Amino acid sequence: MAVHPPEARIWWNEPVPKGELLWVAVAFLWGVIMFVMMIWWHLEGRQNLSTEVYRIDPEVFRSRVEAFVERHKVGEEGTTGIPVARVPPGGDAYMLGRLWEWWPVLELEKGKTYRLHLSSLDWQHGFSLQPVNINIQVHPGIEHVLTITPTQAGVFSVVCNEFCGVGHHQMIGRIRVVEPGTGG
Amino acid sequence: MATATAGLGGLAGLAARFRTCPVTGLKVDAAAETLIKANAVAAVVFLAIGGFLGLLVALTRWQGVHLLGPDTFYLVLTAHGINALLFWIIFFEVAVLYFASAVILNSRLAAPQMAWAAFVLMVVGALGVNWAVLQGDSSVMFTSYVPMQASPLFYLGLILFAVGALIACFVFFGTLVVAKEEKTYEGSIPLVTFGALAAAIIAVFTIASGAIILIPTFLWSLGYIRHIDSVMYKLVWWGMGHSSQQINVSAHVAVWYLIGALVLGAKPISEKVSRVAFLFYILFLQLASAHHMLVEPGLSAEWKVFNTSYAMYLAVLGSMIHGMTVPGAIEAAQRKRGYTNGIFEWLRKAPWDNPAFAGMFLSLVLFGFLGGISGVVLGAEQLNIMMHNTLYVPGHFHATVVAGTTLAFMAATYLVLPLIFRREIMFPTLAKWQPYLFGIGAGGISLFLMGAGTLGVSRRHWDITFSDAALGFDYPGTAFLMLALNGLFAILATVGGALYVIVTVATVLFGERVGPEGPKTPISAAPAAVTAEAVSKYGSAGTLHLPGTYVLITVFFVAFVLYYFVNWKYLSELWPMS
Repeated sequence: MAVHPPEARIWWNEPVPKGELLWVAVAFLWGVIMFVMMIWWHLEGRQNLSTEVYRIDPEVFRSRVEAFVERHKVGEEGTTGIPVARVPPGGDAYMLGRLWEWWPVLELEKGKTYRLHLSSLDWQHGFSLQPVNINIQVHPGIEHVLTITPTQAGVFSVVCNEFCGVGHHQMIGRIRVVEPGTGG
Repeated sequence: MATATAGLGGLAGLAARFRTCPVTGLKVDAAAETLIKANAVAAVVFLAIGGFLGLLVALTRWQGVHLLGPDTFYLVLTAHGINALLFWIIFFEVAVLYFASAVILNSRLAAPQMAWAAFVLMVVGALGVNWAVLQGDSSVMFTSYVPMQASPLFYLGLILFAVGALIACFVFFGTLVVAKEEKTYEGSIPLVTFGALAAAIIAVFTIASGAIILIPTFLWSLGYIRHIDSVMYKLVWWGMGHSSQQINVSAHVAVWYLIGALVLGAKPISEKVSRVAFLFYILFLQLASAHHMLVEPGLSAEWKVFNTSYAMYLAVLGSMIHGMTVPGAIEAAQRKRGYTNGIFEWLRKAPWDNPAFAGMFLSLVLFGFLGGISGVVLGAEQLNIMMHNTLYVPGHFHATVVAGTTLAFMAATYLVLPLIFRREIMFPTLAKWQPYLFGIGAGGISLFLMGAGTLGVSRRHWDITFSDAALGFDYPGTAFLMLALNGLFAILATVGGALYVIVTVATVLFGERVGPEGPKTPISAAPAAVTAEAVSKYGSAGTLHLPGTYVLITVFFVAFVLYYFVNWKYLSELWPMS
């Protein structure tokens, strides 16, 4: 029994039953396939997380986002007072996370590729784009530049999905994706 | 050390310390027995607390009930995670370590005073953390990600608890040395002890990682250190946080083998293969820190791919091996005991009314199908983009640590009560139903949390209606249904958990003492009436015919492959990113 020492003292020389050996081989090969799958997706897949990352002082990032909003502001989101920035197609978009908001609201064009700069000014936040379901961790002091191409038009929400204190569940942002040429 | 040599003081002293177990014939050291009891009792107390808090969490996430306010919810969620995941499980694991070393090896426990010191440190640490959380200024979740800060007592309590657990590991290692020196067993250590050894080795790595990150974080909370890097914190913290889940896996796999052995006389199909599988855990599981950092900025894709896959899925291979050898050993034992008809007579006529067996087998199935498959999918680098920090994550780990580890430990308790506490189990009918209620409840929790996570619902979130947020968002209606179902199954699991606590506490306090001839309800299940085909020696052709196990693992494998590729299909529909 498994609570007794092995029956054969030299247990490591005992032959392994064929069926068991076969399962080990199948499981090993499946592991190799799953391993190769991730590498193959880096080569052929279109959903890979960017590794373009910079150290940045949160104050510097804040001033960059403010300058970006200054340049591209086209209005405010409803009555919330949150600015809406229309990003030039193919351009750089900035969004910051802080207790407890994603700022500003972005307006993108469907089918265009953008460089989206994400960072936090205080604690860690979770950029959870819904209902697309893209989830990315956001750290303070680190600027993460994603290259992203919206393929659907509509209003998308950015839910914070990293716990960030008692206002966490109020932290929600927005990305508007419009059909090409219909902006504003 | 004084304690280590005291035990060698003559045969008379030795004889007085031991009793012989009427069921297993094992010699049981009195000091080990008391320590197993103390740690098991502490474990059950923290399970009761952690489980109750879990119910409050589930009833809050059920938006129709929405029980707690936001402050209390985040406080309770923090306390639930720490009590259920750390304190319950690690106290029980210490009991398993002492059992797998001293009791199974017929040995005295090394340094019982150190073991008591470990116990006191763990209790003090656990109470300190709970006190800190209850103050309301340490609702930082189980993970306590910096720069969010808890009170110094929170980190200090965790450090004390970890030091205690580390000492307990060394008492276990010491006992292995003592047993070998004093020749209390012949040949190699039994497989169950080997599994416990794997768990203890991983525990040392885990606790070292914890110390490396929690000590500076403690100093940071006191103001002696100015800055803790948030990515580095996570990387090292998860060296503790995830690897400690592999302690659980090793420990509960050892418990599966233990229950199979005691209830059915099951032997490993091949000692070599099962031991190599444990070795894979030791060698590769600590890479899993990456599982929590797949969508993190600042880490290379190469590092993520290699680490998240445990170097090409070698630890997964270990689990897949156990997933075959555990049912295989049971099938072989059952066939040997005369259940040889068809493919599944051995399983149909297994002792399903024995809560130790029922809990063990449910734990095996739920861990494999729900926990194992979801874990690999969640841990595939790119697939994680669709799941990170959604409810899919708690869905996955409720299958592994609740339906897997917790249920296995509950099942083991039904052996510990008659064999170590030497009490007849009270309310045997309730005990019989307990693993089913808890297993189905926990299975439902993980399934529906994973369902909600697939729909994008955030974890650790008080209000997914965003009622008081400036901007609104509506999750799909199905998500709300999932969370309501999660609440219902959490109630079911709570009933199962409460029955466990009631049966255990009642048995320990009021159970009839087991007589010298052993417990009235036999531990090992009855063999079939006709044992004509039973063979005398294990390993004969008749016993290694395992068609039932092959059918089970084929079903598992097909489910695994299909689910894995379905998720890649979903991923391909996401907005392109690079």
